[in-house]
Amino acid sequence: MALDDKVDCGRRRLIVASATVGGVAGIVAAVPFVASMLPSERARSAGAPVEVDISKLGPGEMLTVEWRGKPVWVINRTKEMLESLKKTDDKVSDPKSGKQMQPEYCRNETRSIKPEILVAVGICTHLGCSPTERFKTGAESGIEADWPGGFFCPCHGSTFDLAGRVYKGKPAPDNLEIPAHKYLGDTKIVIGIGQDGKEA
Amino acid sequence: MKKLLFVALFAPLVALASGTEVHLDKAPDKAGDMAALQNGAKVFVNYCLNCHSASYMRYNRLRDLGLSEDQIRDNLMFTSDKVGELMRISMQRAESKSWFGVAPPDLTIIARARASEFGSGSDWLYTYLRGFYRDDKRPTGWNNVVFENVGMPHALWELQGQQVMGEGHKLSIAKPGKLKPQEYDALVADLVGYLQYMAEPMAQTRKQLGVVVLLALAVLFVLAYALKREFWKDVH
Amino acid sequence: MKAQMTALLGWVDERFPLTANWKAHLSEYYAPKNFNFWYYFGSLALLVLVLQIVTGIFLTMHYKPDASLNASGVPVAFASVEYIMRDVPWGWMIRYMHSTGASAFFLVVYLHMFRGLLYGSYRKPRELIWLFGMFIFLALMAEAFFGYLLPWGQMSFWGAQVIVNLFSAIPLIGPDLSLWLRGDFVVGDATLNRFFAFHVIAVPLVLVGLVAAHILALHEVGSNNPDGIEIKKKKDANGIPLDGIPFHPYYTVKDIVGSVVFLMVFTVIMFFMPEFGGYFLEYNNFFPADPLVTPQHIAPVWYFTPYYSMLRSVTINFFWIDAKFWGVVAMGGGVVILLFLPWLDRSPVKSIRYKGPIFKGAVALFVVCFLILGYLGMLGVTPMRTLVAQVCTLVYFGFFLLMPIYSQLDRCKPEPDRVT
Repeated sequence: MALDDKVDCGRRRLIVASATVGGVAGIVAAVPFVASMLPSERARSAGAPVEVDISKLGPGEMLTVEWRGKPVWVINRTKEMLESLKKTDDKVSDPKSGKQMQPEYCRNETRSIKPEILVAVGICTHLGCSPTERFKTGAESGIEADWPGGFFCPCHGSTFDLAGRVYKGKPAPDNLEIPAHKYLGDTKIVIGIGQDGKEA
Repeated sequence: MKKLLFVALFAPLVALASGTEVHLDKAPDKAGDMAALQNGAKVFVNYCLNCHSASYMRYNRLRDLGLSEDQIRDNLMFTSDKVGELMRISMQRAESKSWFGVAPPDLTIIARARASEFGSGSDWLYTYLRGFYRDDKRPTGWNNVVFENVGMPHALWELQGQQVMGEGHKLSIAKPGKLKPQEYDALVADLVGYLQYMAEPMAQTRKQLGVVVLLALAVLFVLAYALKREFWKDVH
Repeated sequence: MKAQMTALLGWVDERFPLTANWKAHLSEYYAPKNFNFWYYFGSLALLVLVLQIVTGIFLTMHYKPDASLNASGVPVAFASVEYIMRDVPWGWMIRYMHSTGASAFFLVVYLHMFRGLLYGSYRKPRELIWLFGMFIFLALMAEAFFGYLLPWGQMSFWGAQVIVNLFSAIPLIGPDLSLWLRGDFVVGDATLNRFFAFHVIAVPLVLVGLVAAHILALHEVGSNNPDGIEIKKKKDANGIPLDGIPFHPYYTVKDIVGSVVFLMVFTVIMFFMPEFGGYFLEYNNFFPADPLVTPQHIAPVWYFTPYYSMLRSVTINFFWIDAKFWGVVAMGGGVVILLFLPWLDRSPVKSIRYKGPIFKGAVALFVVCFLILGYLGMLGVTPMRTLVAQVCTLVYFGFFLLMPIYSQLDRCKPEPDRVT
């Protein structure tokens, strides 16, 4: 095809039209294949919401449940524990929970629905280790003299307060994730469903 | 002449075809009849799911039949409470094997497995579930016209009543059950409709999508053919 | 923009024969201009190969080759197929594509081979194309055989059991060979896992390599055509065959039409009748494999039935060796004899268009017998059917073994100078 040949417009139009329609058809055909890699019904069933009974959870106690393969902590915080949050306000890097690590209904001082009950995913936001609980205050905690209580991650030393907020200057960048959850009555929490009833 | 020869060559094949005939009644078509399928699901869960698992079927798939998750949980789930779970059973296979001689098979895709040249899987199941008769020579006291010496007792006997095998291989009801014969047949039709659905829940979707894909390909064909004609104008 | 693209292409061409290959195999590969309906099946075979590989990859993401029983007493492999059908988004569609594709592959390949038979595409200098093609056919049969075990249904299991046991008929080494193939005393988990390895990677690699060789060999000598004459004999001043047209764009555009029509037929089957009356997805295979229950009627999938018929038709114990062994020889022979076709056909002309009535009659008889054998292979054995199968098997072999004689006796017509 010499460069000075007249371009056959009709043929070119047909080629472009066919190529476009064919291309669209190809993309549409690819969608089911790509979609087949999304979580299957089996994965979604295994990741279904988990119910937790907190009727036996006394003040200052913590329990752990598994949801979507992750540990989720449920802590019944005492009055002192809640008070300590005011003290840690200026020690944590995101005191007002500006970054979306929690559902909207938990963007508050206590990062929870009911002030005493904290529901948080027990995975450090640095590289994924599970922090340990350090509820004992002061030097007994083994962290620092004026430790108000919270969590300590043994892998790289990140610390979190009793609302799961990360301390300044630590390897972990974010506050602990608060999963979508709602209350079914006073003593039952279901983790994995938000206040709007939608599954996470 | 060539055509005649061709036919003559293949005609004798008819004589070679098929084996022993098995007569199956035609199952009424309940595909798409939501009320029938819901009823069938109810019968299945109440009468069959004790011994037979349907271990590839999830409870929440029953939303296909127009049921909500709450309706499924309240009416059709007796053992588990998670609606996303599979229809498994608690009966141990080793035990059921010793009781019945063979462990009751999983029924999820039984309607596909029982198809043959004599009829569809639904036809087989429809005839089977209406074909039990009393036979004291069998350990369960029951036999079946399509499945000789079956290990399964007549799970629905209270509804159908007791049939006996009479002269000329004809079945007749010796002791009536809770349902009249037409009512029982209707119930079995619903159950079989449900089994047909459960064997391939995506059957309706598949057919609907097939129409769409075929139409899309028809459009592509028109364009491709126009393109071919355009280029081949050059070739003489 | 255009200058940059040209510069980029130049950079690549200095380091990789991109434009050179594009010209050699597409835009300046001159194919005869008289390709007819029978010439679609090569590109269609390539299309189906790609389809099977792509759908196969996505199936492998979810399938589990495990013969052990799960908590519900169902083999894990069998349950994983139903998992794909129900729980994997679009899994059912990918599965049906793959099962329909397997049957489509054989239909297309049989028609492709038949084209070769009709027009003498196996004749010198194209013998090697034919040989590569025959090896592809063998590899395809192996691929289908290994793949069919994977769903681990009743037909999967018992079909594999029967075929592997055939090898035990080989004198002296038979039983040990079967044991080695199975990896166990009976077809089981060991067999399933190795068949999975063969089906997913080993044989596909071999297939792709053979297809590449097949096409390279073709492009080396140039395509045949329905008239069986060599278009390279009449070239113009530039060395381009007078009856040749560049494969691209003429045959690329024509093959796209062929592909769309094929996909329409494929769609109808896949979406409206994926089981195809039990021929593409066999009913008995919806029962999980049970080593203790033998099905009343074990038949291979439709594409193997002609050769299965030949296997069963041998009922005499020749030379004190089991008829079973001679059946295997007949079955294998039925495939192997195809390899010799280039040297059996002694006709002065290539294409059936110019051959005489003897050859045409022989081909017609061959086709009829092949189809009858295929039909009989789906049915159970009776004395009458065995007799018919034996006659048809003899005709099948006669077609090839007598060809050197009748192809020379035939009264052929003169071949044209240029294509028609």
